[in-house]
Amino acid sequence: MDDEVVSARGLRMRYGTKDVLEGVDLSVGRGEVVALLGPNGAGKTTTIEILEGFRDRSAGEVTVLGHDPASAPESWRAGIGIVLQSWRDHRRWRVRDLLVHLGDYYRPYGTPGRPRPRDVDELLATVGLDDSADQLLMRLSGGQRRRLDVAIGIVGRPELLFLDEPTAGFDPEARRDFHDVVHSLVDLEDTTVVLTTHDLSEAEKLADRILILAGGRIVADGSPDALARQVAGRAEVRWSRGGERFVHAADDATAFVRELLQHDDEVTDLEVRRASLEDTYVRLVHQHEQGHEPSTQDERVGGAVR
Amino acid sequence: MTTTTSGTAPSRSVGRLPAPVAHAVRVGARRGVTEFRISLRNPEDLMFYLGWGGGVLLYLVLNRDALVEGTSITVPALAMPGLLAAMLVFGGVLGPAFALVLEREDGTLLRAKAAPHGMTGYVSGQVVLQALGMLPMLAVILLPSVLFLGVDMHRGLVGWLALTATLALGLVATLPIGMVIGSVARKPNQVSTWGMLPVLAMGAVSGIFVPLTQLATWMQVVGQVFPMYWLGHVMRWAFLPEEASVLEPGGEWRILEAVGVLGLWTAVGLLLAPRVLRRMARRESGSAVEARKQERMQRIG
Repeated sequence: MDDEVVSARGLRMRYGTKDVLEGVDLSVGRGEVVALLGPNGAGKTTTIEILEGFRDRSAGEVTVLGHDPASAPESWRAGIGIVLQSWRDHRRWRVRDLLVHLGDYYRPYGTPGRPRPRDVDELLATVGLDDSADQLLMRLSGGQRRRLDVAIGIVGRPELLFLDEPTAGFDPEARRDFHDVVHSLVDLEDTTVVLTTHDLSEAEKLADRILILAGGRIVADGSPDALARQVAGRAEVRWSRGGERFVHAADDATAFVRELLQHDDEVTDLEVRRASLEDTYVRLVHQHEQGHEPSTQDERVGGAVR
Repeated sequence: MTTTTSGTAPSRSVGRLPAPVAHAVRVGARRGVTEFRISLRNPEDLMFYLGWGGGVLLYLVLNRDALVEGTSITVPALAMPGLLAAMLVFGGVLGPAFALVLEREDGTLLRAKAAPHGMTGYVSGQVVLQALGMLPMLAVILLPSVLFLGVDMHRGLVGWLALTATLALGLVATLPIGMVIGSVARKPNQVSTWGMLPVLAMGAVSGIFVPLTQLATWMQVVGQVFPMYWLGHVMRWAFLPEEASVLEPGGEWRILEAVGVLGLWTAVGLLLAPRVLRRMARRESGSAVEARKQERMQRIG
């Protein structure tokens, strides 16, 4: 890739005798939004913390914005934004004071094309905190606190933004606002985004590309659409006849439906359902946990598996 | 300001620090001022200042006419300089120690670590905060003593300069030690065990309330190893008449020795602190903070 912002080759992480990452390869290009999906304990947070330079790795080559995160100079941090979890830090500070203070660290790293830090008033408006600028952090609601976490993550106008479970605890409106913020960062400032999430619909809405991490490896890599096709190529056709429901998994749904309707006038409630990203995800993760034997679980959720 | 492409540090330097480091120190200094202003608005912090300072002041007021045995020096005149030294060590060691362990737990340090030279800024902020934190105590203990309790500064202007220099040297000698304790401790109660208890013990053998000469010999020896006695020694030299030296071990003022011992503690602290701080900061990550949060909730719940 020409403009590679993140790359990892053979990334391994071992805690004691347990291998959490068993050779992760990944690559993220400039301006891409990549979601890292995976069940709990699959190593998402470990991976992202290694990329952030917050954690040492056991083996493998990692380059982020041209540096190995384990030995990168402090100036490297200026190009990276991290949306951390909400804790109880800076409880007695006011929202604006904290943003001004943390933004100040980035001042020496501004360029004409990428002025740093971001203007704090504009930033407050962007994340919808303009009315809470003089509020003490301890008086913010959970949702407001999370918006502030996002604001802190982007105050330095990062080239690469890490989001670890960014919308956990968001209400639907806050979630949509957050998605708008991410889209504008990517469209207007060419920001590269790497996020982890549990939320498949979020990954589908935000990500250009999805990486599924299971059993310490990347088991799937592609656009949400391609992933859905790649693993579960079949579609599910459902219909009713005489009050009875029928389900059929077809490789070529169009041909099947044409055939079905030609020979049967009593078909009603026809429904064709493409395999969704969720089907793919559940199936892949399940395969990994169970060895490669598809089971009844797949039938029920995936629908397209024999 | 030097313009840069990302990933390269600006090359302009201020003094001997590279420009970005100097910038972070200034940002951190402003942080310290903000934190101090916040603490002045905070009732709990004010109660702390007034409670300790007020308690000490009450002791001085109650003994305002008492004379130290065998001398014409009043108890407040002898005790006040030593109490300033005790306060200085108490704040200088425990202030940053508790701050570091608590702010590591609540995620403040990780936020600093995520910014370029943010740890430099954080540590600078702590130094400024702890230095400014001396002011309310000085206001509560020193001012009333001089204004109303007849405690004189016998060496006049030289004495005031010596007092200022001693406060500065005391901070330089104690803050790094406090930061080492705060970095090594995993929980706040370990700071109590490894920071608070030793400092209180130091107070008992440093000739604060009772002249060191009236203690057992071994206590005198132990006391003279640590900074508190020597800070008090220089302050007594500044405040008291020349002949008060009879109350010091050896019977004379030993300013050079004092500076030497304090310098030694400073050197040890400055040698250790950056390494220990770096090691501690390197281990900070989101999951480390999260794990401590879980642990803390179990501890409390």
